[in-house]
Amino acid sequence: MKIDFRHDVDQVLKDAKTQKKSVLLDFSAAPM
Amino acid sequence: MWPDDRVVRFVSENFVPARVHVKDDAKEFQRYGTRYNAQWTPTILELDSDGVERHRIEGFLPADDFLAQLMLGRAHMAFKEGQWAEAEKRFREIGEKLPNSDAAPEALYWAGVARYKASGDGAALKETARAFTRQFQDSTWAKKASIWK
Repeated sequence: MKIDFRHDVDQVLKDAKTQKKSVLLDFSAAPM
Repeated sequence: MWPDDRVVRFVSENFVPARVHVKDDAKEFQRYGTRYNAQWTPTILELDSDGVERHRIEGFLPADDFLAQLMLGRAHMAFKEGQWAEAEKRFREIGEKLPNSDAAPEALYWAGVARYKASGDGAALKETARAFTRQFQDSTWAKKASIWK
């Protein structure tokens, strides 16, 4: 199992507002 | 912390997850790192649907403590929206599921506050103070609740 992180933050914020969902925003330096 | 199945399930069920990588998403990092004052990694933010920061986790945590922090943030989100019963339920779930986590004492404290906010009955605070005589006695949250005895 893994988390399907998105990288288009602008769109994530818009989608969250439309769907009335919370956002988990991870600032990371870990190897991808 | 991320590979843990419980964390994956909790995030997938409750959030739209986004990641900004310092190097691979450099422009986004500059923009959103400034907007949300992310000075260190990992920094994990729980934002409400309007993009307002409601909870912040900085630095690595083992899976249990990380999951408890995620749950704590989600409980605080309900609290800040005035959903007292839902907030209390979420706070109490932390104590039930992850009683040894660092977030558990804080969750017990805020569960009591949420019950008080819902009922206006000071007994909710007194009971919380009594609960702190049985557990988490050495925590900062026990000190904060001690005035309710």
